[in-house]
Amino acid sequence: MPVDIDIAKVAHLARIDLSDEELAQYGEQLSVILEYAERVSALPTDGVEPTSHPLPATNAFRPDVVTSSLTNEEALAMAPEAEDGYFRVPRILGEP
Amino acid sequence: MPEWEAVIGIETHVELQTNSKMFCGCAVAFGEAPNTNTCPVCLALPGAIPVPNEEAIEGIVKIGTALDSTINKDSLFYRKNYFYPDLPKNYQISQYTFPVCEFGKLEIVVDGEPFVVGITRVHMEEDTGKSRHVGEDGRIHDASHSLLDFNRSGVPLVEIVTEPDIRTAEQARAYGAELQRIVRTLGVSDARLEEGSMRFDANVSVRRGPDAEFGTRTETKNVNSLRSLQRAITFEIDRQTRVLEEGGEIIQETRHWNEDKGVTISMRIKEESEDYRYFQEPDMLPLEIDEAWQQRVKAEQPELPAQKRARYVGLGTDAHTAELLADDPALGGLFDQAVQAGANAKQAGIWITQEVVAYLRREEKSLVETALSAAHVAELSEMVSAGDLSSTASKDVLNAVLAGDGTPREIAEAKDLIQISDSGFLEAEVDAVIADNTDAFEKLAGGDMKMIGFFVGQVMKRTGGKADPRLVSEMVRNKAQG
Ligand SMILES: [Zn+2]
Repeated sequence: MPVDIDIAKVAHLARIDLSDEELAQYGEQLSVILEYAERVSALPTDGVEPTSHPLPATNAFRPDVVTSSLTNEEALAMAPEAEDGYFRVPRILGEP
Repeated sequence: MPEWEAVIGIETHVELQTNSKMFCGCAVAFGEAPNTNTCPVCLALPGAIPVPNEEAIEGIVKIGTALDSTINKDSLFYRKNYFYPDLPKNYQISQYTFPVCEFGKLEIVVDGEPFVVGITRVHMEEDTGKSRHVGEDGRIHDASHSLLDFNRSGVPLVEIVTEPDIRTAEQARAYGAELQRIVRTLGVSDARLEEGSMRFDANVSVRRGPDAEFGTRTETKNVNSLRSLQRAITFEIDRQTRVLEEGGEIIQETRHWNEDKGVTISMRIKEESEDYRYFQEPDMLPLEIDEAWQQRVKAEQPELPAQKRARYVGLGTDAHTAELLADDPALGGLFDQAVQAGANAKQAGIWITQEVVAYLRREEKSLVETALSAAHVAELSEMVSAGDLSSTASKDVLNAVLAGDGTPREIAEAKDLIQISDSGFLEAEVDAVIADNTDAFEKLAGGDMKMIGFFVGQVMKRTGGKADPRLVSEMVRNKAQG
């Protein structure tokens, strides 16, 4: 059963710029995945406990202890642009 | 047509004061140089795995418990996907279905009337980084570019969402104030509005009377005091009412409170239908807050502000004094200890919230910087009850104790303020005055009660003002009535 998806909207939500060919190509691939999910959803699951995680474990916690952070130089070393110790980004609203 | 009625819901974000961040070991610290408390996890470098801070989970369970919520035994983290540069991952780790707490409530009192605000949910998430917009006036719209500091990115954040139960700006403010008191009492956050460790968003709509359907709502942000919360909501109610009365329409939008101008301003950000594409955070295991954990938090819960106020009123203070004492841990602590040491609660409450507070304000000191102890308050109270000190003189003595001049008795003696309340001695004095003023006494005995003042005055004169006037007055009255 084909699943109807608005691939252009999905691409926009993920901020991925796709050409018309790519939209068609990824749309097809995503449909296959969703169709598979539909088939799984159709299976009878009455009386089956819902699984919220594949591992039968909970509460992997960390004690509230401070560990060392990166230096400012290390943190910014990977940034395309930096200024005065800050990450610098293009203007947020409107045209950059 | 029925009167307009406002429908208000409040979303509150509270930063938890843990040592380390929510999902990594970076320090939670304020006012440090930008980007000095970051790591691969809170900068969202590839491959970094978030691991929740147990103390933060403990914090949200405390908040949920204090808000009478159901604590969900099983709870899940989700990714909330959206694009904004202060969020390095392009998603925020938050909760969606199965938050830690649901179905709570908080009772507030406005104008002596109790009012219950339903708490829809309390969930755990992480804070974003801070952005600074560079340009003419620092506004995002005119900025040439923006600068980002990720020190705050990943600080544990608890979101508390109310039902749309609130009807007035005053109730909203009272709710915010009580929530702030609770969070501080629990010790999970300093809840400072000016510094942003507690932040309110107000959802406001208006409708024609309590039976009408909800109107279109707006969400007002950037409210950083309790007073602005009340002002912003009042403005928004008035604005919406005016728009609707003029036949206009309310647009569902986010608005920004401008404190200086006292108005809310549309953010003019095109809001696409919200689609955060929530999905379960695959890097994390489910939370399990079992019965034992829930019971322990409940058992360890400190006395909440409402409980404390009720206890103080029960001890004999008036409601206003109880509120002042409960709001200030130092003053409340002094009061509790003084009462325990035998002070009269009503008297001690008034001294502490009036004389002591005025002294601290005048001298710009905190309580610990003064010489006053609970034992002093108790001693002072005892002296007044025993009639050794008039209540007027007690204020002078209290101020001298605060200034470090000694104990109440030492000061009262040094200043010659001890009253004579020895009834044998005073009775002799009263008799002497009566013997000297037989005409006046006849008038008094004849029912001219105004004469009591004359006799009390004469006794005070003979004793150099040291007789206990209440006791003397009582004696004169008894003698007159024969
Ligand atoms: Zn970090």
